[in-house]
Amino acid sequence: MSRNLLELQNITKSYDGQLILDDLTLDIHENSFVTFLGPSGCGKTTTLRIIGGFEKPDKGRVFFDGKDITDLPANKRQLNTVFQKYALFPHMSIEDNIAFGLRIKNKTDAYIKDKIKYALKLVNLDGFEKRSIDSLSGGQQQRIAIARAIVNEPRLLLLDEPLGALDLKLRQEMQYELIRLKNELGITFIYVTHDQEEALTMSDYVVVMNQGYIQQAGSPEQIYNEPENAFVADFIGDSNIVPGIMVEDYHVRIFGADFKCVDAGFGTNKPVDVVIRPEDLEIIDDDDPRAILHGEMTHIIFKGEIYEMECTTPDGFEWLIHSTELHEPGKKVGLYVKPSNIQVMNKPESEDEEALGVEE
Amino acid sequence: MEKIKSALSNFYLSLIVLFMYAPIATLVVLSFNSGRSRAQWSGFTTDWYVTMWADETIMAALRNTVIIAFLSAFVATVLGTLAAIAINNMKPVSKNIIMSITNVPMLNADIVTGISLMLCFIAFRVSLGFHTILMAHITFNLPYVILSVMPKVRQASKETYEAALDLGATPFQAFLTVVLPELMPGVTSGFMLAFTMSLDDFIITHFTRGAGIDTISTLVYSQVRKGISPTMYALSTVIFLTVFIVLLIGNYAPDWAKKRKRKA
Amino acid sequence: MKNNTSRYLAGPYVIWIVGFIVIPLLTIVYYGFTDRNNAFTLNNIAQILVWENYRPLYRAMILSAVCTAICFLLAFPLTMILRSLKVGRSSLIVFIFILPMWMNSLLRVLAWQTLLERKGVINGILTAMHLPEQHLINTTAAVLIGMVYDFLPFMILPLFNALMKIDDNTINAAYDLGASYWQTLTKIILPLSVPGIVSGVTMVFVPALTTFAISNMLGGGKIYLIGNVIEQEFMQDSDWNEGSGLSLVLMVFVIVSMLIVNHFEDKNDMRKGGVI
Repeated sequence: MSRNLLELQNITKSYDGQLILDDLTLDIHENSFVTFLGPSGCGKTTTLRIIGGFEKPDKGRVFFDGKDITDLPANKRQLNTVFQKYALFPHMSIEDNIAFGLRIKNKTDAYIKDKIKYALKLVNLDGFEKRSIDSLSGGQQQRIAIARAIVNEPRLLLLDEPLGALDLKLRQEMQYELIRLKNELGITFIYVTHDQEEALTMSDYVVVMNQGYIQQAGSPEQIYNEPENAFVADFIGDSNIVPGIMVEDYHVRIFGADFKCVDAGFGTNKPVDVVIRPEDLEIIDDDDPRAILHGEMTHIIFKGEIYEMECTTPDGFEWLIHSTELHEPGKKVGLYVKPSNIQVMNKPESEDEEALGVEE
Repeated sequence: MEKIKSALSNFYLSLIVLFMYAPIATLVVLSFNSGRSRAQWSGFTTDWYVTMWADETIMAALRNTVIIAFLSAFVATVLGTLAAIAINNMKPVSKNIIMSITNVPMLNADIVTGISLMLCFIAFRVSLGFHTILMAHITFNLPYVILSVMPKVRQASKETYEAALDLGATPFQAFLTVVLPELMPGVTSGFMLAFTMSLDDFIITHFTRGAGIDTISTLVYSQVRKGISPTMYALSTVIFLTVFIVLLIGNYAPDWAKKRKRKA
Repeated sequence: MKNNTSRYLAGPYVIWIVGFIVIPLLTIVYYGFTDRNNAFTLNNIAQILVWENYRPLYRAMILSAVCTAICFLLAFPLTMILRSLKVGRSSLIVFIFILPMWMNSLLRVLAWQTLLERKGVINGILTAMHLPEQHLINTTAAVLIGMVYDFLPFMILPLFNALMKIDDNTINAAYDLGASYWQTLTKIILPLSVPGIVSGVTMVFVPALTTFAISNMLGGGKIYLIGNVIEQEFMQDSDWNEGSGLSLVLMVFVIVSMLIVNHFEDKNDMRKGGVI
C-alpha cells in the first residue's frame, strides 16, 4: 500500500445547529481514485469543501502530505477543484481562464503558453485558446474546467459532481476521459457523486456516506458484493433486503426457510438483515429439489438486456429478480440462491444507528 | 382596416412626439433669436452662446453641477457596491432593516428628504454649501446604485470566486479579477443612473445648497423670478444636445462593440 | 470565510445611512413635534387643518391625481403601440420617448413658461395671426400641463417595460380561447401590466403631489400647492417647526397613497398565485 496523501481526522461540521459531518475520519492514499458517494445532503460536498479550504471544520484536523493544513486558506493549498457548474470566468477567454492560476504564481509567458497548449491537448481541445466561454458546449466547458485545474500541477484534484449537468452519453464518454486523465497525470483524484454506477465504474476506492457518517469504505467490488448495512445495500444497485435469523455460523433462516451461507461470527439465533442481489436469485421449477423458496411470478418489465421480475412468496414478500429468461406472471416457481451470494449484515442496534438505515 | 389602424397609430405617436419635443424645439429656436422677445423672430444670431460662455454665473453653475454629479455618483458607486456585496451575505433580519432604510430616500418625497437633510446640517452646525449638496446627492444616489448592483451580486456565482481562490488568488485578487468584472454591468449602470439623477436634481439641492452656490437647476429657478435671459435658452440647447449624444452613445455603443467583436 | 469578512464592507455604508437618512428623519420629527422653546406640541401637525394649509394640500391632491390619470391615459396607448411595433428596448423610436426623462426637468418647465407667457410664443403666434391674446400662464391648466409634461416619461418607461415582458403567446392564447380585443385588454394585458402601472403611478403621483417648482413657475404664486407652503415656511417665513409639522403630514400622505397603490399590486399577485 502506498502512503497517505490526505488524512481527515475526527472532522465535525454543523450549519445553523444542524449536524452535517459527525466525527469523520478517513485516509486517502497517494495516486488513488477515491469517490464520495451518497444521496444529496449526506455531507460529501461539505467534506470536499473542507479539503479544498472553502469551509473550516468545527472540530478535527486535515493533514496533507503529513502537514496540518486545517487553517491554511484555499489559495495556499496544493490542490485544485473542478467545480460542480464548472465556475469558468465568463469574462475571460479560454486561454485566460487556464492561465489564471499560473499568472497568479507569476510564471513566465512562455511557460504559460506551453502549459495551455499541453492542457488543451490533454483534454482534446487543441486550438481552442482564443475562443470565448459562451461558444462552448457543456462537455467542452467541463474539459476547460479540468484543464484550468491541472495546469497548476496539483497533487490532488477534487471533482464536485463534475458530470452532473451532462447528458447520459456525454457523461459516459467523460467517465473514460477522466480515468485516462488520472492515469496519464498520475495524481490523486477525489470525486463526489450521487450516481452509484459512476462511482463503481471509475474509482478504486468508494466512500459511501449518509447523514454525515461514512457508511462503508472499500473497493467497488467490496461495496457491491459485501455491503455492510442496509443503507449501502439499498443505495448501491437494486437489492432484496430481508430480515433473517442467523441460526448458527454458515446457516441463516429467512421466512422460515433455511439457507446455507458463507458468513460466520454473528453468534447463534441472532436477528440479522440479509441482502440478496436480484441477479443472484435463480428461478427454477417449482418441484426442483434445489428450490428453497416457493412463490408465484407477479410482475414483469422488459429492460433491454434483462427482464426485471417480481416473485411473491406466501409470506407476502415481493422478491426482485433480474434474469435473461422470461417467466410469465401467474407461474408457480421455485427460488434458489448460491451460498456465496447471500450477504448477511448486522441489524442496527441502537436507535441512533437505526436513523442511518434505509429511508423509504 | 389594418391600414387605418396603423395610420391612427402613427398619428398618435406623432402627436405625443410633438407634445414632447415642441417645447424643447422652441427653446432651441429661441436660442438663435437675436431679439429678446419670445414672441417675435428678429433674426439669426449665435451671440447668446458667446454671452453664455462668458457668463461666470452660468459657467460656475455648470461646473458645480457636473462636479457634484461626478463625485456623488462615484462615492455612491463605491459605497453602494461594497454595501451590496455585504448586504447579500447578511442574515435576513439585518438585510431587511438595511434595505428598508436604503429605500427611504427613493420612496419619500424629495421635498421631505431635502428638508430633513437641511435641518440636520443646521442642527449639527454644518454650514451649507458645495459639500452639503455633495453629501445630500450621495445620499439619494445610494439606493439607485444598490438597486442596480444587487441583482448582479445575487447572480454572481460564489463558485467563480472560490475557483479563483482555488487557483491561488488571494481574496483581494479574486475580488478584482473575478467578482468585480462580473458585477461591472450593474456597477456602470448604477453609476450612470446616479450621475443623471444628480444632474437632474433640483429640490434636494434647493434646500441643502445655502447662499452663493448654484447648480443649473437652482440657477434656472432663480432666473425665472428675475426674468429669463436668452442665454438660458442657449444653455438649454447645449444641455439637451449633450444629453442626447451621451445617451445615444451609451445606448448604442455596447451594441456596436458587440457587433464588431462578433465579426472578429 | 467570505461571509465574515464581507460583512465589514457594509460598515461605511451603514454609518452613512444612519448619519444621512435616519438622523435627518429624527431631526424633522423632533422639529415637527416641538415649538420654538423646544417644548412638545401637536400644534405644528394641527396646522394642516388651517384653511390656508389645508386648501393647498387638497388642491395638490386633486391636481396630482388628475395629472397621474392623464399621464396613464396618454402613456398606455402609446406603449401598446410601441409594443406592437415589435422593436427592442434600445430601438431609436423607444429612445425618443424616453429621452426627455434625462433632460433637466426645470429646463423643460422653463420651456412651457416660454410658450405660455403673456408675451410668450403661443400668444406671439396668435397675434401674428391677428387673433386675440389668451390668458394662459398662472392658471391651474398651465400647472397641470407642466406636471404632465414633466412626469409623462416616468409613466411611459415602467409601463413599456411591463408590457414588453408579456409573452405574445399569452395574448394569442386569450384570442385562441375566444376573447375579443377588449376582453384581452382588460382581462389579460391590464392585469399583467399592473406592476408597471404601480411604479408608473408612484413615479408620477408623488413628485406631482409635492412639487413647488412647477406651480411656482407656471402658476405664478396664484396656484398654491402644499409644496409651496412648506417651501415658504423654510425659505421665507423661517418657521421650521411648522414647516416640519406640515412635512410630516405630507410624508404620511405619501406613505398612505403608496400603500394604497401597492395594495393593488399585492392583490394582483395573490390572485395570480391563487389561481395558477
